[in-house]
Amino acid sequence: MSNDRVDRGAHGVLHTAAVTAGESLLPVEGVEEVDHSRRHLLTAATVGIGAVGVAFAAVPFIASWEPSARAKALGAPVSVDASKLEDGQMLKVAYRGQPVFVIRRSKSVVAALGNHDDLLADPKSEDSVQPDYIKASGADRSRTPDYWVGYAVCTHLGCSPLGAFEPNNPYQVQGTDLGQNWPGGFYCPCHGSKYDISGRVFKSMPAPKNLPIPSYTFSGDARIVIGEDELPKSS
Amino acid sequence: MNSGLKRLLICAALTLPAAIASAQESEVELQYSGADINDIASLQRGARNFMNYCSGCHSLSYVRYSRMAEDLRIPEKDLAANLMFTSSKPGDGIVSAMPADAAAEWFGKAPPDLSLIARERGVDYIYSYLKGYYLDDTRPWGVNNMYLPSAAMPDVLASLQGLQKAVYKNDKDASGNAHMVLAGVEALSPGSLSPQEFDVFVRDTANFLDYCGEPVKAKRQSLGIFVTLFLLVGFVFALLLKKEYWKDVH
Amino acid sequence: MAAAHESAGPGKGLLGWIDRRFPLSVLWRSQVSEYYAPKNFNFWYYFGSLALFILVNQLVTGIFLTMSYKPSAAEAFSSIEYIMRDVSWGWLIRYMHSTGASAFFIVIYLHMFRALLYGSHRKPRELLWIFGCLLFLVLMAEGFMGYVLPWGNMSFWGAQVITSLFGSIPVIGGGLVDWIRGDYVIADATLNRFFALHVAALPLALIFLVIAHLMALHEVGSNNPDGIEIHDHNDAQGRPLDGIPFHPYYTVKDLVGVMGFLVLFGAVIFFAPTLGGLFLESPNFAPANPLQTPPHIAPVWYFTPFYAMLRAVPSFWGTQVWGVLVMGASILVLFFVPWLDRSPVASVRYRGPIYKVMLAIFVVAFVILAICGLKPPAGIYPELAKVCTVLYFAFFLLMPWYTRIDRVKPVPERVTGHE
Repeated sequence: MSNDRVDRGAHGVLHTAAVTAGESLLPVEGVEEVDHSRRHLLTAATVGIGAVGVAFAAVPFIASWEPSARAKALGAPVSVDASKLEDGQMLKVAYRGQPVFVIRRSKSVVAALGNHDDLLADPKSEDSVQPDYIKASGADRSRTPDYWVGYAVCTHLGCSPLGAFEPNNPYQVQGTDLGQNWPGGFYCPCHGSKYDISGRVFKSMPAPKNLPIPSYTFSGDARIVIGEDELPKSS
Repeated sequence: MNSGLKRLLICAALTLPAAIASAQESEVELQYSGADINDIASLQRGARNFMNYCSGCHSLSYVRYSRMAEDLRIPEKDLAANLMFTSSKPGDGIVSAMPADAAAEWFGKAPPDLSLIARERGVDYIYSYLKGYYLDDTRPWGVNNMYLPSAAMPDVLASLQGLQKAVYKNDKDASGNAHMVLAGVEALSPGSLSPQEFDVFVRDTANFLDYCGEPVKAKRQSLGIFVTLFLLVGFVFALLLKKEYWKDVH
Repeated sequence: MAAAHESAGPGKGLLGWIDRRFPLSVLWRSQVSEYYAPKNFNFWYYFGSLALFILVNQLVTGIFLTMSYKPSAAEAFSSIEYIMRDVSWGWLIRYMHSTGASAFFIVIYLHMFRALLYGSHRKPRELLWIFGCLLFLVLMAEGFMGYVLPWGNMSFWGAQVITSLFGSIPVIGGGLVDWIRGDYVIADATLNRFFALHVAALPLALIFLVIAHLMALHEVGSNNPDGIEIHDHNDAQGRPLDGIPFHPYYTVKDLVGVMGFLVLFGAVIFFAPTLGGLFLESPNFAPANPLQTPPHIAPVWYFTPFYAMLRAVPSFWGTQVWGVLVMGASILVLFFVPWLDRSPVASVRYRGPIYKVMLAIFVVAFVILAICGLKPPAGIYPELAKVCTVLYFAFFLLMPWYTRIDRVKPVPERVTGHE
C-alpha cells in the first residue's frame, strides 16, 4: 500500500473528490431522486436489528463464564450425621473445599462459656464472620448449645487448629502447655493461637478474629446440613 | 451461468440427501420408536424405568440427578425418595453401584455408561434393541438379541415382556448356497405387561435415554424457532437496505 | 513527505489525532470507501466475505471452547460433555463451532468454484489463487486436527488411519509416523500437540494468509463474472466506469449474504446440529477406544472426496504409497491452474462448450467422489471412485489442451448488467 498508487491512477486508487453514497455514478437519464430519509430509516432499522442481534449473540458467551453446574454441584450443601458423637468428640467435613468442625459439647462446658470473657479478644463476636443467627446466640455461637459447628480455619494464616476440648487439662495437646484454667477449646499448632470451645479467640494471639462459622441448619436432631440457612421447603 | 451448467449443478446438489441418508445406515432395519422428547410424562416414566431396571448395572455419569429433576419437572423430594438408590447427592452424576471390573468379569464386558447411547446409536436402536431379545441356548444367559448379535447383556425385561423366540427364513449367501437367516422374533410366552403396555414402557425408556444424550435438545429446538424468525426479519431488512442503496447503480 | 499525509488532512477531533499518527482514514478510503469493485458481482461473489465471517466465528467460539476444554486423553471427552451440559450455553458455543467448521468448507468449495467459473485464477491474480490454495491446505490441517480434539472413537481412529498414511512413504515412513504421533499409536502426546497446532499455530497461519490473500486482491482488484478488467475503462478521475465503491454498495450487499447464511446456519445449529451424522459423526459420541474400531471409518464429509481418491488407487509393487501420492497430487494440482488454463478468455460465459462440459463433469465427479468416500468400499463405489478420480485429474491435466482448442465467444468491452 505504497503512496505510488495515489500517483499512478491505477487500481483501487484514492481520489481526492469524495464519492458520496447517493450520487449516481454514471450519467443516466430518468434516474430517480435519492430518498435520503428512506435510506436513513432503513439503515437505522437494519443497524438496530443488527445491534439487538449482536446483543443476543453476546449473551451466551458472557453467560458461559458463570459458575458451571459442576462448580455449583461441588459447592452444594453437605449433610452430616452427628448422632454418634459423644461429649468432647468432634468430626470434620469438607464444605466448598474447606474443613468444618462439628463438636459435641457437654452441658458443663456450655454452662461455663460465660466465665472467661477476660481471656477473650472478642467475647461478643462483634467482628466475626458468621450468620446472624449465630451472633444472636451469644456465647454459645451455635444453633443449639450441645453441637458447635465452625470452619476449622485459623484466622491467622489458615492452618487447621487442633481440638483440645477437655477443661483444666493443660497438657492434652502433646508438646504444649495450654495454661491453667484452660476452659476447653482449640489450639492452632502453627503459631500457637488459642480459641475457646465456641471458637472465640484468646487475647494477644497471632490470630485476630474468632473462628468463622458457615450457614447451617438441622434436618433432624443430630443431622446437620452445612451450607443452608434453612431447609428448602418441600413442594 | 448458463442453464445447462445450472442443471448439472442442481443434479449434483440433489444427490446430497442420499449422502445424508447413507451416512447412518445399519444392517438390520430398526423399528420406529415414536419417542417424543417433548412428552414430559413419558420422560418421567422412562426415568423411573431406568432407575428400577437399568441403573443397577448402567451409569448415566454425565447426567446430574438435579438437572434431570429440573428438566423433567420432578420435585426434589420425589427425586430422593423414588429415583436415588445410592448415597449420591442431587448434584452428582447418576452412577451405578456396580463396580466396573467385577461387572466385566460377570458379563464378559462392563455394562457401558449409557449417557450418550442415543446419540451414538439412535433412539430407534434402543427401542428396537429392548424389544429384540429371543431365546438362544448357545448363549451364556440363554438369550440373544436381533439388533446386537451375541449381546453380553441378559434379558432384563423378560419378566415384563415375556419370552420371545427367533424366526428364521431361507436365504442364499454370496456363493448361492441356501441357509437360514434370522428374519425376526415372535412371542413365546407372556410377561406381566401386555404387548401394548410393554411397547409404551420401552418407548418411554428410549425416550428418556434420548433426553440423557442431549438434555438441552427440547430447549434448543424451541429457541431455534425464535432465532430463525429473528434472522429472517433481519434478512428482510438487509435486503430492503441493499435494494435501496443499489438504486444508485446502473 | 507532506503528500503522504495530505489526504489525511488536518482532521478534526479524535479522528484527526489518530490520522496524524496512524493511517486509519487513509486505509478506510483506499481499502473500503474508495476501493472500486466491479458492479456486476453475482451470487457467487458472496462466499469470500462469508468465509471471513465464518473464520471470525471459528476464532471466537474456539477461544471460548478452549476456556473449558481439557486437552488430555483422560479428560478431553468428558470436558466436551462438560461443555455441552454443565457450562452455561456451552452447547450453543460447541454447535456454532462444529457447524461453522462444515460451513467453512461448503463456503470455501463454492468460493473456489467461483474462481474456476470466472477465471479469477488467471493473470494478474495467480498469486491471489496461490495464497488461496495455501489457505485451503492450512484449513484442511486445521479441520483434521480439530476433529481429533473431542477424542471420540472416530477422532481416534480417523487420526490413526490418516497418520498411518505417512507410513507408506518408503524408507522414512515408519519413523515419520511415530514422529508425527509422538508415540507408537495415536495417544495423549498426539492430542496435546494437535491441540497446540489447532488453537495457536494454524489459526495464526490462517490469519496471516488471509491478510496476504486480501492484499493480493486489492493490489490488482477483483475479477468479475464477465472476466474482463474494469480498470481498462476509467473516467477522467481514474475511477473504473464499471466499478462502484466497496462501501456502501458491497458492505450492504454482503450483509444480505451474511444474513441469508445465518438463517441457514441457525437452522442447522438449532434443529439438526449433527446433520444426520454428516457434521457430527455418531461414532464420535463414544469415547476413543484403541481396542475397538467403529464399524465404518470415514473422515468427515469435507475430506471424503480426497479419501475416495486415496482408496481408489490400488497397491503396486507391494506399496500403498501411490494412493497417498495421488491424494497429494489432487490438491497440489490446484496450485498450477493459472498456468494450465490457456484459454484466451477468462469467464465461462465466453468460453466454448468443451470447458463448460469439463467443468460440469469435474463438479459431478467431485460430488460423487465425496459420496464414495462416505461409503464403505463395496458395491459399485470402488469402480465409481476410480472413474471419478480419472475425471477429476482430466479436468486439470487436459486443461492446457482443451482450453486452447475451445471455440470461445467474443468478450464484451464493458460489463454486462448488475444484480
